[in-house]
This record gives sequence, C-alpha cells and structure tokens, in this order.
Amino acid sequence: MEQLTAIFGSAIVGSEVQCGDQQVVFVEPAQSREILEWLRDNEEQSYDLLLDVTAVDYGSVPGVQVVYQLWSIIHKKLLRIKCSLPENRLEIRSVVDLWSCANWLEREVFDLFGVDFVGHPDLRRILMPKNYSEGHPLRKSFPLRGKFSREKQTKIALEQDYEDYYRPEQLGALGIDPVNDAD
Amino acid sequence: MMPTKKTIELSRGDSDSGNMLVNIGPQHPATHGVLRLLCELDGETVLSVEPDIGYLHSSFEKLGEFRTWNQIVPLTDRMDYLAPLMYNCVYVMAVEKLMGLEVTERCKVVRVLCMEMERIFSHLLWLGTTAIDVGAFTPFLYAFQERERIYKLHESFTGARITTSATRIGGMMADLPDGWTDELKDFVETFPETLDEIDSLLTRNGIHLGRTQDIGIISSSDAINAGFTGPNLRASGIDYDLRKDRPYYDYETYEFDVPIGKNGDCYDRYLVRMEEMRQSLKILSQALERLPDGPINVEDPRISLPSKTDCMNDMESMIHHFKIVTEGVRVPPGDCYFAIEGSKGELGMYVVSDGGEKPIRWRIRPPSFVNLSVLPQLAEGHQVSDLIMINASLDIVLGEIDR
Repeated sequence: MEQLTAIFGSAIVGSEVQCGDQQVVFVEPAQSREILEWLRDNEEQSYDLLLDVTAVDYGSVPGVQVVYQLWSIIHKKLLRIKCSLPENRLEIRSVVDLWSCANWLEREVFDLFGVDFVGHPDLRRILMPKNYSEGHPLRKSFPLRGKFSREKQTKIALEQDYEDYYRPEQLGALGIDPVNDAD
Repeated sequence: MMPTKKTIELSRGDSDSGNMLVNIGPQHPATHGVLRLLCELDGETVLSVEPDIGYLHSSFEKLGEFRTWNQIVPLTDRMDYLAPLMYNCVYVMAVEKLMGLEVTERCKVVRVLCMEMERIFSHLLWLGTTAIDVGAFTPFLYAFQERERIYKLHESFTGARITTSATRIGGMMADLPDGWTDELKDFVETFPETLDEIDSLLTRNGIHLGRTQDIGIISSSDAINAGFTGPNLRASGIDYDLRKDRPYYDYETYEFDVPIGKNGDCYDRYLVRMEEMRQSLKILSQALERLPDGPINVEDPRISLPSKTDCMNDMESMIHHFKIVTEGVRVPPGDCYFAIEGSKGELGMYVVSDGGEKPIRWRIRPPSFVNLSVLPQLAEGHQVSDLIMINASLDIVLGEIDR
C-alpha cells in the first residue's frame, strides 16, 4: 500500500481492510490499468491471478464501482482493487492484454452494467441476447421485470425471426462477412 | 450436429475457401448443457470456435438483490445442480464472514462432509459424461450408480435430490438425520472399489490415451493468464488449492494431498480429478471420525429465533421473533469476497451489504465461466472430435456459466 502510494501518488484514492483480512485499495479509473499491471509484474507483489472482474451499483451513489479481485499464487495474498466510475463517464481501460480471462469477465460487466472497457477487442453482450434493447439489467435503475411493459416485451419476442439468431453476423463472431446470405 | 440451412455454407469472406461453419448445440449432448459452439471448420480441423452462452441466463444476481439474505440460498443450488450443497455452503460462508459470525464446530465438520461429498458427486458426473464423449459407455453407468447413492444421501438429509437448499446463515437447515453418517461411511468404504474399476477401464486404455494425451495442452503460464483455477490449473502444474493456500474450516488439519499434473492436457486433467476423488474420500473419513456432538446452529440474537416458550412469555422475545421473521437477517455494511475450492475451480462469492436485510450486490465468481472462455484457445487446430473432448475435460456446468 505504501509502495503503491509512493509510485502512483494521487491515483491511489484510499484503502481499507474488510472482514478482518481483506485488503481493499481504491484507485482512480484513469490509472487503473497501470496499477494492475504494476501489481502483476512487480516481484514483491506478483498478483498473477485475476480472479474476478465485476461491478457494483450502490444505488445511493450515482455511477458504478468496478471491482477486481487479485490473488498472488507465490505470496498467497488476496487483494481487491476498486474503481469508482461517475455516471456520465462509465468507462475504464481494459486489461484483456494483461490477463486473457478478463475478456469474458469484462464483456459480462459491459452487458449487465454498461461499463465501456476501452481497448477491449470484442466488447459485446455475452449473457443477454445480442439484440437486447432494454438496457443493462444489473443497474439499480433497471426494474426487476425489465424496462419495457409485458405487451412490448411479447411484441418484440413475436416479431423476432428465429433464424436471425443463427445468422453469424448477428453473433458478430469470427469476423464473418455474410456474402452468401441472400435469399 | 444440426446446422441450420442458412449458416452451413457461409464462408469467411471469400466463398472459395471451402471452410464450413457448423453449429454444435445449443441442444447437443456433447456440449454438456445448453451451450452453442459455432465452429469454423476446414474439413475436420477446427479453425476457430466461438462459444455462445446465455441460454440459461436467469439473472440470479439481480434476483438476489430483491431477496433477503436467507432467501438467496435456494438460488445458489440452482446454479450448479451438479454440486448443489457446495454452492449452498459457500454463499452462507461468505455472509457469515461479512457478519463476523463463527459457526459451531459440528456445523463446520458437517459442511466439510457436504463439500467433499459434492466434489465426488460432481467429478463422477464429469467422469461419466467425459467417458461417453470418447465412446466408453460402461464408466458412465458405474459412475451414475454411485451418484445415485449420493442423491439418496441428499434426499435423506435435505428432502431434495438436487435443489438441496440445506444451509442457513449460522448453521444448517436441520441436523443430520439418524443413520446418515453410517450411510456415508458405507459409501466411503465401498466407493473406492468402483473407482478402481473405472480406473482400470480408462487410465491405461489405449483408445482413451489416444483421445486425451497431448490434446488441448495449456502451459502453466497461459493457464494462470487465462484465469484457470481448480483441477484445470493443477493439471498444468500449478500448485494452487484453496484448501491448502487459503484454508477455511480447519482444512489445514486434515491430511490430504493435492494432485498436480505435468502437461496440462486432457489426460492430466483426467488424472487430477481421479486422484482428487480419492483424496476427498480421505478427507471424508477423517471428518466422519472427528464429527463432534453439540448444536449445529449458532446461538446469536442477530440470526436465531428465541424459543417458543420465551415468545409466549415475554414481550421482548416476541418482538425479536417478529422482527427476524418479517424482516430477515440484517448484515452489517461492508463487502466480502469469500471463496472455496469448488469442484470446478475457485468458487467465490462477493457480497456487498449496506446494513439492510437485502444485499446491494451478490456476485458469484464463476469457475466454469472463466474456464470455458479458454476453449477457443485450446481447440484451435484440433479436430472436431478433439473439440468435444477438450470441452468435456474442462468440466463446465452451464447453469453456473449463465447464472
């Protein structure tokens, strides 16, 4: 923690210990990627395993908090990095190039919270349908049964052509150019 | 495989390449759940594969925000229906840690029994279905016969075979029924015989070796980078087991070994899981021996109800009873990440509370989700049949991936 403050200065907003033994560090979103990279590569830290990327919408505070859970296999230490994003600027640097497992985890946070991970190679919905238009379900502003009325949800569902779902360009996968798809 | 008429002949940009796009799933036995694999094939060779998930998405995390802390327990076993008790346990363990609550000694041992039993339960399903994927039917039958015995143990303990919902904050739904430990002891004593039989059918079987060795190799550094945990990570040679490295429930006092693989291929993942079942049996027999008597639930006014006599006799107890029943347990503000060594990898729960009776956020750190995301990297360049094997060797459960 002292080292972090010495190197990154004001980018380290604060720190606390939760539940007796869980170290939490709050960082500025602008430098989160550098801090995570340093934590991974510095030999004294070597937090080499990114366990989780998730987010929390507190509701009482506008915006979203992105949470990283790190584990150091050598030093057997757990660390939680938190990054508060303001409501009008839900974006943070992606860490996919540091940890490949961040790919799906960041996609999930984008899907459910609408956080834009800058530099993510393939940021699209992962759990919700690709053409889902009601927003990001885990935000507190999202009602439990969805934003649209039941009638509208039914109407959208009925209007869908099930074959649309099986078109590769819907999936956006594999970089496919749908040349033969004329009928 | 059921390619739809529109996707079968699409090619990547130029139509002369002859590469095929094939859908495997979402309804296909070899995908081990409602998983769709979109594969680009050059003949039998997999050029790229894109897993498409979300078919089982029921937004448990959102539902959790609308339920009291104890009402979330039934949601947890519906995620991993292959190891339901483990999910029940880890959720309440995370909440208890956030509350600073220490459960009773008996409860600890009972939960260790449950968790190790579930490890065998989950590994047996993996073993049976993986064997089927490479064409061996007998291990499947043997494995499912043994699973049936654990189903019976579930049923006599919790009343349900799959949706157990057996834990509560501060203890268990009920104490173990009479004779339960004897049945479990019987399982622990007789199961190794079946395991040896399956072992002799698969471990040195030429076909099995040919199908699994050098297939889907991942190096140790890549495995860490890809977020692998559990048996998959250990098969790549990394000694990371939460029961040893971040022990909970006195796991450091149990005597057991952590099997480590060398090559990180499908065969090593198979060997690691086979050995893990034997080690779980070792833990089970030690836990059965030390199972103490005493209460299973903690006596803590924050969570436990006053006795019926007290409720009828004094006003404070009645109000207390009323508050807990109508409002539910209150958890102090803060957040807590708690993880156990699940059957599929590091199974974590991240709970955030603002002091109310419902969580602000309840997040599952999904081991299968992270493990599955490595599939494209592992399968590239292999044959379609190897893709099936690699997918099976990762041991995924779609209920937990989609949540």
